[in-house]
Amino acid sequence: MVPKFLNSIITSKWTKVPVFALCLVPLGILLWRGFHNDLGLNPVEFVEHATGDWILRFLVITLAITPLRKILHLPQLIRFRRMMGLFAFFYACLHFSTWLGVDRSFNWHDVLDDVAKRPFITVGFTGFVLMIPLAITSTAGWIRRLGGKRWQLLHRAIYLSGTAGVIHYYWLVKSDVRKPLEYAFVVGVLLAWRLWSWFTDRRKPSTVRVRQEEPTTAETM
Amino acid sequence: MLVKRTPDLTYKDVTPKGLYMGRRNFLLGLLATSAAVAAYKRLPRVFAGPATGSVPQKINGVVKWPGSTTEAVTGEKDVTHYNNYYEFGTDKGDPARNAGNFVTTPWIVSVEGEVQKPRKFTMDEIMKLAPLEERIYRHRCVEGWSIVVPWIGYSLNTIVNLVQPKASARFVTFQSYYDPKQMPLGGSAGIELPYVEGLRLDEALNPLALLCVGMYGETLPNQDGAPVRMVIPWKYGFKSIKSIVKIKLVKDQPPTTWNIQNAHEYGFYSNVNPNVDHPRWSQKTERRLGGGFFAPRIPTQMFNGYEDQVASLYNGMDLKKYY
Repeated sequence: MVPKFLNSIITSKWTKVPVFALCLVPLGILLWRGFHNDLGLNPVEFVEHATGDWILRFLVITLAITPLRKILHLPQLIRFRRMMGLFAFFYACLHFSTWLGVDRSFNWHDVLDDVAKRPFITVGFTGFVLMIPLAITSTAGWIRRLGGKRWQLLHRAIYLSGTAGVIHYYWLVKSDVRKPLEYAFVVGVLLAWRLWSWFTDRRKPSTVRVRQEEPTTAETM
Repeated sequence: MLVKRTPDLTYKDVTPKGLYMGRRNFLLGLLATSAAVAAYKRLPRVFAGPATGSVPQKINGVVKWPGSTTEAVTGEKDVTHYNNYYEFGTDKGDPARNAGNFVTTPWIVSVEGEVQKPRKFTMDEIMKLAPLEERIYRHRCVEGWSIVVPWIGYSLNTIVNLVQPKASARFVTFQSYYDPKQMPLGGSAGIELPYVEGLRLDEALNPLALLCVGMYGETLPNQDGAPVRMVIPWKYGFKSIKSIVKIKLVKDQPPTTWNIQNAHEYGFYSNVNPNVDHPRWSQKTERRLGGGFFAPRIPTQMFNGYEDQVASLYNGMDLKKYY
């Protein structure tokens, strides 16, 4: 069903390097534009919006890996899930530190005020904080320490982060909600697929309930 | 009694495996299609050509207004390529990209309502009603950024006094031009159009309220509200309505566009006030644009620094209630 060469690309040990480099391109473009004074009249807003967009894109890619593995019969796609999740976290760190350090100049009083009083910041901050334990426990050692079941349960927090990110964006825009709704639709489909496959898995006879992604290493998570 | 039963399903009715599997691919297709549609919708904006409509013309004989701020003026290209004009798209760069072909000649402004002498003004007449002044104002957006702009125009009270308000007139309402053919993106802006704004009559008569026909020594560029707009420097930017076709004096407080969209966040008055937070962002500070990436925010001033001229309009009013 899937061309053999596609599978061999995915499983090749060399593929991760260009994929990693590709994930750094958005940052490279931002730096390049920054050095060439090409971030527009409001560069802080520009960087916040660009990094924010890439957080959502990487969260979508991360959430799409499991459905794509099943639908395309490409179980080896799992090799990229941790990297995609960590890049979502990486751009979230850039996004958060731009807001904290540049937009708010580490003015802690204003920052705490914003987190407590502005719902869109509260929900975005929550989504970011929820990603921290996931990034820390993304290693093989932590999977061993926690045990596969508990690790998997913990890492379902990404569903909350993805939802929080979309709400953060939706509440940020003033009236034109088309772009946040596009993200909401895609994240919604990806989460609905999980609900649907969980439901159909449960109804299948127990003999065919083979869980391909039984965790053994970080790679297979 | 014999009941003859025909099996209603036979083996040939079984859904072929390919079709059954197709359901999964259908989901993927749905994703791909929505992504393609989203990408396609952006195309016209990307490929909209450069301006071919009217371009700004130099205005001669402009006198310098003595009250101008001495703060550094924000660059012309910066100001004209970063603004909100939702009829031409909701991204800050959209107005400059999409307003190029906007036709602004001929242009008529009707001044009507509770007045003794309602009148329609041509743009030529408006340009000559009073000496044109260059006024450098601070301009503060409700989103928390600010710019310093050399506008050209004269006090709105010139034209209001000319039509002689009746005693019954208590408010002034403004209406923008709206033509879905020329402004196709207006339909998805998320606000009701045409854009409408309003002031209390005494606010409108305050000399700071500027009827504006130009900026940076030239007539207004299309994306900044050509050919005639309001500039009300002590209020958040969205009060300064663009491309005005109607000014009407009325008895009751008129509806205003952003207040219709979200009354909780955008009040009728919308005076710049660092002590009254917008629900989604603090108004204590602002980012003065043009300072680069690391320029810190600066404190926002009461009435955007025009307290001496306008505070008396609001004596005894609870500005938290009338935000």
